[in-house]
Amino acid sequence: MVYKKRLDNRKADETRLVEAKVGVIKRADGSAYFKFGNTWAYAAVYGPRNLYPRFLQDPSKGILRCNYNMMPFSSRGERVRPGGSRRAKEISMVTEKALLPVLDLNEYPNSVVDVFIELPETEAGSRTAGINAASMALADAGLLMKDLICSVSVGRVDDKLLVDLDYLEESYEDGPVADVPIAFLPKSGRIALLQMDGLVSKEQLAKLIEMGREACKKIYDVQKKALKDKYKVAGDIDG
Amino acid sequence: MLQGDKMSKLLVKDKEVVVPGEILAEGMDNLPGVGTYRDENEIVAGRLGLTYIDGRTIKLIPLSGKYTPKRNDVIICKVIDINFSGWRVDTNSAYSAMLSMKDATSAYIQKGADLTQYYNLGEYIVANVTNVTSQKLVDITMKGPGLHKLKGGRIISVSPYKVPRIIGKQGSMVSMLKKATNCRIIVGQNGLVWIEGEPDKELLVEKTIRKIEEESHLAGLTDRIQRFLEKETNIKLG
Amino acid sequence: MDEDLKKHVVMLLGSDKRLDGRKPLEYRKPIKAEYGFTKTAEGSAKVNIGETEVMVGIKMEVGEPYPDKPDAGTIIVGAELLPLSNPDFEGGPPGIQAIELARIVDRGIRESKTIDFEKLCIKEGEKVWLILIDIVTLNDSGNLFDASALAAYAALQNTVFPEFDGEKVDYGEKTNKKLDLKNIPLSVTVCKIGDKFIVDPTTEEEKVIDARLTVATIEDGTLCALQKGGEFPLTQEEILKMIDIGVERGKELRGVLKNG
Repeated sequence: MVYKKRLDNRKADETRLVEAKVGVIKRADGSAYFKFGNTWAYAAVYGPRNLYPRFLQDPSKGILRCNYNMMPFSSRGERVRPGGSRRAKEISMVTEKALLPVLDLNEYPNSVVDVFIELPETEAGSRTAGINAASMALADAGLLMKDLICSVSVGRVDDKLLVDLDYLEESYEDGPVADVPIAFLPKSGRIALLQMDGLVSKEQLAKLIEMGREACKKIYDVQKKALKDKYKVAGDIDG
Repeated sequence: MLQGDKMSKLLVKDKEVVVPGEILAEGMDNLPGVGTYRDENEIVAGRLGLTYIDGRTIKLIPLSGKYTPKRNDVIICKVIDINFSGWRVDTNSAYSAMLSMKDATSAYIQKGADLTQYYNLGEYIVANVTNVTSQKLVDITMKGPGLHKLKGGRIISVSPYKVPRIIGKQGSMVSMLKKATNCRIIVGQNGLVWIEGEPDKELLVEKTIRKIEEESHLAGLTDRIQRFLEKETNIKLG
Repeated sequence: MDEDLKKHVVMLLGSDKRLDGRKPLEYRKPIKAEYGFTKTAEGSAKVNIGETEVMVGIKMEVGEPYPDKPDAGTIIVGAELLPLSNPDFEGGPPGIQAIELARIVDRGIRESKTIDFEKLCIKEGEKVWLILIDIVTLNDSGNLFDASALAAYAALQNTVFPEFDGEKVDYGEKTNKKLDLKNIPLSVTVCKIGDKFIVDPTTEEEKVIDARLTVATIEDGTLCALQKGGEFPLTQEEILKMIDIGVERGKELRGVLKNG
C-alpha cells in the first residue's frame, strides 16, 4: 500500500503544531521549551560556571556540556528506565556538536556551560525538539551566539518526501523509510547536525535538505518570537 | 542612504530586542559595535540584546547573562575558603577571587595570625576588583573607602545587567530607594545587593528592585518607581 | 551568610514575618495542579507551589506479585532531582535526597490505603498491575516534598488503565477505567526555625531550618505517615504542635486536588 496522504492530514512540507516558550525554569540562567506536536523538550542552561574536576577545564575557552534525557513516563510504550541509555548519550553528543558552531566561549576559560535537555513527552523528533529548545535557552542565558540553531526531522516514507515525521511515519512498515534529523544555522544555511537512518537516494537527500532548510526558516521565526515575547511589555505596567 | 550601488539600510530601531543571527543593518554605512558583527554586507546580532544606536554604530546591550569580573568593579563576595596566604571568595560568577593578606585591611596582619578573625567562612564582604588576568584569575582588595565586612541585613541576587538601572544616574535611583525606606543599601556590580533596615522596609526595597529589573528597558522608569514608592510609603520624594 | 541569614530569619519570625512577606503558616501563591500534561503517561500531573514546579507521570505495568502478597498489585515510587531544576543538583543515580523524597511520597500513598491493592490483581500469584509513579523536579525554589506529594496524588486521580489482553499491555489503547481511589492523602511539611514553625519554605529558608516534620493525612484528619528530618531534635510538644499545623494546613491544600 503506497503512502498517499499523511495520516494526520498534514502537507508534505508542514510540521506538526509547533509551540515555544522562553524563561520557563526560574532557577536556570536560561531556559525554554519547544514542542513538535506531542514531542516536548525542556532545556535549561547553567553557565558559565565552575567546572570540576579540574582536568576537564580548558584554559583557552569554556566548554559546552549537553545532557539529553527522557523522563521515565515520556515514551508511548513502556516506562523508560532512568539513567540514560547509549542512545541518550549519543544524542547528547550530537546536540553538543550542533550547538557549538554558533557559540563563542573564548570569554569563559576554564569554565563550563551546562545544557540539560529533558523530555516529558516524546513521539518522534525528540532530538530536534531538544536542539530547538537548547538554542533558545542559550540565547536566553545571554551567551555570545552568532546565530540560533534550528532543527527538524525530514524524511522519506515510500515515495513521499516529508517534513517532521511523526511516530507512525517513522515506524511505517509497508515501504522504504528514511529518517533524517537535520539542524541549520539559519543565516548561513550551513548544516550543524545531519543523521540518516533508512534508505534514500542522493537526489532525494538533496531535496530533503532543501525542505529542511525551508522548514527551519519558519522554526527560526518561532524561536525569535518566543525570545522576544519574554522581554516585551506585558500589558499595563503603570503602578 | 545610497553609497555607490549598494543601499545602506538600518533594519532596527533603537531599544529593540533582537536575537542571535538577526540582521540589524545592510550596507557599509553602519559600524558593528559590541555584541554585533559584520558578515559581508550585513551587520548581525551576536547575542540576545537591546539595540543601542550610537551614531553610526549599532551596539547591543545585554538583557541577561552572568557576571564577569572586571577591574575596578565594587562587588559583594562570600568567603568560601581560607588558606595561609589569604581568603578565596565567591564572586557570583564562574570565577572565584583571591584576597591576599596584604590587601585585606589597612592594619598590619601578623604572619600566622588567625585569619578567621578578620573574615570568616560564609561572611560577606564588599570588595574592589584590582586585577583580572586573561585566564580570569581575579584579585580583590578590601583597602579603600566603602569596602568592609557586611553584618546583618539580607542579600538578594539581581541580574548584573540591571545594576546600572538599580543604581541610576549618579546613584539617583538607589538614593531615592534609601530615602523612601530608610534602609542601608549596597549594590554590587556582580548582581548581589545588600539591604538593611526595618523588616517591612527591607521587603519593600526588594519588591522595588524586582520591579526595576522587570521594567528596566521601558521608558519613564524613574518616574514610575518614584510614584510606586510614594504610594507604598506615603513619603513625597520628588 | 547562613548564620547571619538565620539570625535575620529568626528576627523576622519574631514579628510573624518571613523574607518574602508571607505569614509563617502561609503557602506561596499560586498553587496549581495541571492534570494530564502528557499523553504518553497513563496518568500525569504538574504542580506549582510558587515557583517550585514538579511533574509526576504514572506508567502501569503488568508483573509478578511479591511472594508474600500473591493477590495484590503495588506502587513503586521513584524520584529524580533533575540537574535542570537546581544548579546544585548533579546528574547520576538518585542520591539520598531523591530517595528520601520518593519514600516519603510512597509512604503517604501506601499507608493512606487510597488504592486497594487487591483490586490490582489480575491473576493471583501470577499477574498483577504495578503502578509506577515517577517524580521529576522541574524548578526547585523550595518545598519539593509537598509539591511532589501533591503532584503524585493528582496524577493518581488522572490515571487510566491501558488495555491488557491477558498477555501484553497495549499502551496505545487506553481504557476508560480509572483507579478507584479513597482517602486521598495530603502532605504538609512543617519546619522549625529557632522556636517558630513555618510551612512551605523557600530555598533560602531551607538553608536555616533546624528540623522538619512531613505530615500526611487523609480527609478526616487521620494521620497516615510521618517523617522527621533535619539535624535538631524535637520535643514531644513541638511534634504535636507541628502535627496540628500539618492537619490544619492539609485541609486547605486539599482544595487544589479536584475530586475524581
